[in-house]
Amino acid sequence: MTVQNQQAVARYRNDFLREVEERVEDGEWVKMCMQCGVCAGSCPLGNAWQHTPQKLFMMIRAGKREEVLTSDAMWMCTSCYNCIVRCPRKLPITHIMHGLANYAHRLNIAPKGQPTREVAKLFWNNLAKTGRVNELKFSLAMYFKDGFVQGIKNAMAMQSVGLGLVKAKRLNPMELFGGHKCKDTGSFNKMIAKAREIEDRKKGFTS
Amino acid sequence: MAEMKTAAYICSGCELGDKLDVAQLTKIAQKEGKMALVREHAFLCNEEGVQMIRDDIEKEAVTHICIAACSRRAKTEAFNFPTVAMSRANLREGVIWVIAEGEQHDEVRQEMANDYVRMGCAEIKKMILPQGNPNHAHNKRLLVVGGGMSGMTSALEAAEAGYDIVIVEKEAQLGGWAAKLWKRVPFKQPFAEPQDTGLTELAAKVSAHPRITVHLSSTVAETSGAPGRFSVQVKGAAGITTEEVGGIVQATGFTTYDLNKLPELGGGKANVVDQAGLEALARSANGATIKRADGKEVKSVVFVQCAGQRDETGTHLAYCSGHCCATSVKQAMYFKDANPQVDTVVMFTDLRLPGMGEDFYRSAQQKGVIFTKGKASAVEASGDGCEVKFRDLILDEDTSLNADLVVLATGQVPNAGVNLEAWNPIVTAAEGGSDEAKQQKIEMQKTSVLNLNYRQGPDMPQLKQGFADSHFICFPYETRRTGIYAAGPVRRPMDMLQATEDATGAALKAIQAVENASIGRAAHPRSGDLSFPTARLEGCTQCKRCTVECPFGAIDEDERRFPVFNESRCRRCGTCMGACPVRVISFENYSVDTVGMQIKAVDMPDEFSERPRILILACENDAYPALDMAGLQHHLYSAFVRAIPVRCLGSVNTIWITDALNSGYDGVMLMGCKHGDNYQCHFVKGSELANYRMSKIDDTLKQLGLEKERVITHEVAITDNARVAKLINEYVEKINEIGMSPMKGFN
Ligand code: SF4
Ligand code: SF4
Ligand code: SF4
Ligand code: SF4
Repeated sequence: MTVQNQQAVARYRNDFLREVEERVEDGEWVKMCMQCGVCAGSCPLGNAWQHTPQKLFMMIRAGKREEVLTSDAMWMCTSCYNCIVRCPRKLPITHIMHGLANYAHRLNIAPKGQPTREVAKLFWNNLAKTGRVNELKFSLAMYFKDGFVQGIKNAMAMQSVGLGLVKAKRLNPMELFGGHKCKDTGSFNKMIAKAREIEDRKKGFTS
Repeated sequence: MAEMKTAAYICSGCELGDKLDVAQLTKIAQKEGKMALVREHAFLCNEEGVQMIRDDIEKEAVTHICIAACSRRAKTEAFNFPTVAMSRANLREGVIWVIAEGEQHDEVRQEMANDYVRMGCAEIKKMILPQGNPNHAHNKRLLVVGGGMSGMTSALEAAEAGYDIVIVEKEAQLGGWAAKLWKRVPFKQPFAEPQDTGLTELAAKVSAHPRITVHLSSTVAETSGAPGRFSVQVKGAAGITTEEVGGIVQATGFTTYDLNKLPELGGGKANVVDQAGLEALARSANGATIKRADGKEVKSVVFVQCAGQRDETGTHLAYCSGHCCATSVKQAMYFKDANPQVDTVVMFTDLRLPGMGEDFYRSAQQKGVIFTKGKASAVEASGDGCEVKFRDLILDEDTSLNADLVVLATGQVPNAGVNLEAWNPIVTAAEGGSDEAKQQKIEMQKTSVLNLNYRQGPDMPQLKQGFADSHFICFPYETRRTGIYAAGPVRRPMDMLQATEDATGAALKAIQAVENASIGRAAHPRSGDLSFPTARLEGCTQCKRCTVECPFGAIDEDERRFPVFNESRCRRCGTCMGACPVRVISFENYSVDTVGMQIKAVDMPDEFSERPRILILACENDAYPALDMAGLQHHLYSAFVRAIPVRCLGSVNTIWITDALNSGYDGVMLMGCKHGDNYQCHFVKGSELANYRMSKIDDTLKQLGLEKERVITHEVAITDNARVAKLINEYVEKINEIGMSPMKGFN
């Protein structure tokens, strides 16, 4: 168990609902679900998932912490907002989905290798470095995320697209070396650190 | 009585004159109908037409009129002549609106109209202008049995409307169940918090009201009489007091379902209470944290909904009591409001929160009450508390929860007194001399609420599950004992807010009943009717059919077993008239003859004419209006039918049917309301009895050598306009298939 996770368990004991209310974005809405199942029936991908939003909310109330946080259901949400539009109780379901995913990630118990999670990590790391998304590096990182050999195969497969983009001046090969940045990377990094600090305080990660 | 002078008025308005040969109708009214006076008018319902009739009544001393125009249900304000007897031949809705246009139909259309005129003339000659019930009585005081929320509301509402009230309450104080509650489910904006019951103030108001007399620690030892003249023996600590009243509201409420019948859910065990038990704990906590009977503070509580309710196995209550979801929500709030840290779980299969309950539910969720969709299978003692085993219906797994206290949401069992279905066979056995039955009867009598001395038993008839029978769909406050109205949970399961509305409704009905009784008029549904049944007792065979079959218990028996009619208890349905095998029961304006003569008045074409005649006896409450409306919407039907409205199918005497078949009708259609548990019959049992009687008609048909399809019965609702036309056309086809009746031409 990760340290963050141990701390969370110690702090909330069996009251997972309270944990969600305090630490998950929009988590205070979970108690308002009336289990009508409209979200489960509305989600275009719902039946392909491990748990529908309705079930996840019930599991939270039933204290099924482990099952909820290791579920890959909330990672599958495509943010289509169908459920939010239809929920008779006006729960911000999509936001709760992402909130849960984010929380599981922070405790580092989210499913390893879950594609959405991996892509999100690559994206964030790419962005957080320079304050700009380096598309070339991001694409290459994506190609090679499953190993060197697979990366070469992916790159070969996309070769003509890549060359086309270069010809059309949509892709600059020089970006591979350093690449462009925002004006003041130092301040940008400070800003991100501050945001993290505020969030941690608000959600009780720091005492 | 003045000499009978008849008159017929034939209208040629509303295209009647274009589609029918009015001169021919006039001739028929004169020659065959033998009307002393026959007049045609181009627009009978206008001022001039009506004035013409009025003039005849005044100057020509006309006493009986037949109006051949539109349906009896139309233009009732224009054709309102209270001093004469009146029949209506329905030429508009009944003929020209339902018979196909075109010359090829002219002949059958005219035949039909001719027959309706013959029928109207035949009927009017047998009618007498109703004079009103001579035995009416004027007492307008009301008795309210039960001094709980419903009873007190009824009493107060009626008292405020200017009526004197007597309340009989068996406890030593007013209040009933409501007085035992800590708080009530909110009934005012914003429907978010439990509210004070307001019972103390209500009881004080009732006790202080100058029009209300209260008998506490009292019961009803005997009730006799009829609307306008009930005599009630009130048994109290100091003995018997007689109270004379005109009407009665029975608001005897409910008892909670016996917890001990639910051992599987922990009923009877420590730390398991029902909702009433929880109210008691909440009252003693008085707003502080709720403690169990053993004094321990409750830190976790589980509410098990539908305990012993909505049961499909037949062991427990089959119904939903309606209030208990909201009650559990309220009780969970008791805990949360005193201490938000208490774990409160409401375990439900469906949460039913009618009215503004949804807001209340949301408010409980805001307070952190957990709602779990699950079905409890067992509640067992565990450690210092209980373990609730259940199936989680969302997560689809068997699991359990621990709690310091479990509250079972059990249901309401009505306090409706003796079940007459069980009572009547015992009475019969006791009368037959069985000692055991005599003893049983005495025991049963002890559970009676009203102790009516009626022939049909001491309490109101019950429908399903022991609730007082009332016309659930259309007239919920009407019971089957005229002048006696059920209010609150004795009528159907309900919450306090519904009970207050119910009580107000019942009070108004009771007021209406005493007012009607005081002028000798019928109560609902023939409200205002002045006719009443009488029997020619010299012909009576004392068969008891009328006393047993009257749906309203209006008929008692004298020492010689002759029927004694209590006109004010009677609803004028005519079921007794339909029942009497020797046909001695009749109303002034509705009798075996008024209908019988119409049946006979129809001109019967011979066997080879290929023009069958089919008699329709249609209930005037639903089926006849449906026929009229078929006309209004131009759903065409065959010109071979002749429809006669009847008060209720229950009033159909089988003699009409045998007479019709004997005189050559090819078929008889009976149209009445739905019967059975979900009946829609305005007289509750009429259509059911008719159906039963018709099931026996097969023998008669066999004797006559006729096919059994020659008599059919249909359940017709008032909305069945298109269907009614379809039924007729299908039946005419059927009759064509089996052929014309061989009985034609014998008389
Ligand atoms: S639609 Fe809303 S209320 Fe219904 S189950 Fe989903 S989250 Fe709950
Ligand atoms: S927003 Fe997410 S959870 Fe909601 S319906 Fe769309 S994919 Fe499903
Ligand atoms: S059967 Fe109907 S008409 Fe006859 S006494 Fe009873 S209520 Fe009156
Ligand atoms: S049904 Fe007719 S014969 Fe029988 S008791 Fe009644 S009145 Fe007499």
